[in-house]
Amino acid sequence: MNNIISTESVSLFYSEFQALKNISIDVLPNTVTALIGPSGCGKSTYLRLFNRMNDLIDNVRITGKVTVDSEDIYQKDVNIVELRRKVGMVFQKPNPFPKSIFENVAYGLRVNGINKLSTLKEKVEISLQQVALWDEVKDKLKKSAFELSGGQQQRLCMARTLAIEPAIILMDEPASALDPISTAKIEQLIFELKTKYTIVIVTHNLQQAGRVSDYTAFFYLGELIEKGETKELFINPKNLKTQNYITGRFG
Amino acid sequence: MIISKKVIRIKNIKQNIAFNLFRVFSAIVVLSLIAILSFIVYNGFGAINWNFITSMPDDGMTKGGIYPAIIGTLCLVAGSMIFAIPVGVLSGIYINEYTKDSYYKRFIKLMTNNLAGIPSIVFGLFGMSLFVNTLGFGDSIIAGSLTLGLMVLPVVIRTTEEALKAIDNSFRHASLALGATKLQTIRKVILPMAFPNIITGVILSVGRVSGETAPILFTVAAYFLPKLPSGIFDQVMALPYHLYVISTSGTNIEESRPIAYGTALVLIGLVLIVNLLANTLRKYFGKKIKMN
Repeated sequence: MNNIISTESVSLFYSEFQALKNISIDVLPNTVTALIGPSGCGKSTYLRLFNRMNDLIDNVRITGKVTVDSEDIYQKDVNIVELRRKVGMVFQKPNPFPKSIFENVAYGLRVNGINKLSTLKEKVEISLQQVALWDEVKDKLKKSAFELSGGQQQRLCMARTLAIEPAIILMDEPASALDPISTAKIEQLIFELKTKYTIVIVTHNLQQAGRVSDYTAFFYLGELIEKGETKELFINPKNLKTQNYITGRFG
Repeated sequence: MIISKKVIRIKNIKQNIAFNLFRVFSAIVVLSLIAILSFIVYNGFGAINWNFITSMPDDGMTKGGIYPAIIGTLCLVAGSMIFAIPVGVLSGIYINEYTKDSYYKRFIKLMTNNLAGIPSIVFGLFGMSLFVNTLGFGDSIIAGSLTLGLMVLPVVIRTTEEALKAIDNSFRHASLALGATKLQTIRKVILPMAFPNIITGVILSVGRVSGETAPILFTVAAYFLPKLPSGIFDQVMALPYHLYVISTSGTNIEESRPIAYGTALVLIGLVLIVNLLANTLRKYFGKKIKMN
């Protein structure tokens, strides 16, 4: 029972529509889990369970149990702000704030009460180094984050997430809006981050799932069809739907 | 060929007619604006000098300046904005950021829109009955400012709402995902981004506040005052009302005619200056958001 994330028969409804059907998955610490499946299969919705981003949508109803660090995160007394500090998220499109590069990374620290400049400087540098962006931006920290390229912006967003030292990082198709070189950099990064963080990544790109993840879960129409070690699932899928999907027969 | 040359020719003719119509109508708009402005400048420019804008009216308002009316209008603009900006911006934030799509939200929006449709003279009467009489402020800057503030509240609310709506949700999500509270998200990310557009609403409001006569008629405006106000419970003269007075019920209307045009020109100039200031502010903050 050393799962860092675990869901027990979780279902999610948007009003009447059931987007997730009885999903149970356990995630081990310091692993990368890829969620794959065709558009609209519920994989992004599932990812958003762990930092309660689905709460932002009207008329969402969730049943079942989601635990993060053995805490049931859908209990009434859960502090969502604290949960989101612990469970960071990188979004599909790079979405830096219209602030300087420095302030983008410092933002998460500032809103969590850290305002001492020396601490901020130190954390910003470490975080930017972790995403291999420091050397590219160290001379223009005061410049707007919008001046960076798309790939750089996405790495900045990752640095922003790392700065508040989460235990878990959720990634919602983090490379889908990027060129191949930037994508390769992000993947390299995911590989390195695994030693310190637990990562759950939604991806459309099956090769990417194969390259970066230890475990893979295949979703189809709101159901979890198959889950397992990535190598096993790709080489030896047990379910016909999984086989069809990973061999490109639909999706 | 399936498509006949005739059809193509007719299409082109229609297009030409339509575009020329558009041209004519926009020319009408621009020309009437130029006509009004040049008329005022032509008639009023002669009346304007340093003395005119810095001295008291004299000789039954046929001579002297309009200093107290300028000060009065500035007081009313400031007073109404002190009321309308916080109330309007906070309401806009509440409507767009805090209420879900519900009957309650639609009710607030309906009320705001209705408020925008009320004629300004009704605001004047309402202000008189509430602020002047019931609350006992008397004819005063505070009564006039509150009345004017109420009148432009819908404009401020609506522009704030639109400004907030224009900001992509991904910025809100990014901030919340970093453990920021909703309030922190609004204060540190959303409001700074919306600020330039909110200023637009404020500019529109300032224009209306400085030009309206009806709401101040029963709540603050004085026919003639030989001294400046000393506090918010004093009456003041105001440019639009002064203009009305010297053109309709002055002691000698013909003789005060140049002063009337001068007053109109000062009023237009004042609104223009406030707009320019607000625009500069908007550009400055627009830039600061990107650079910050």
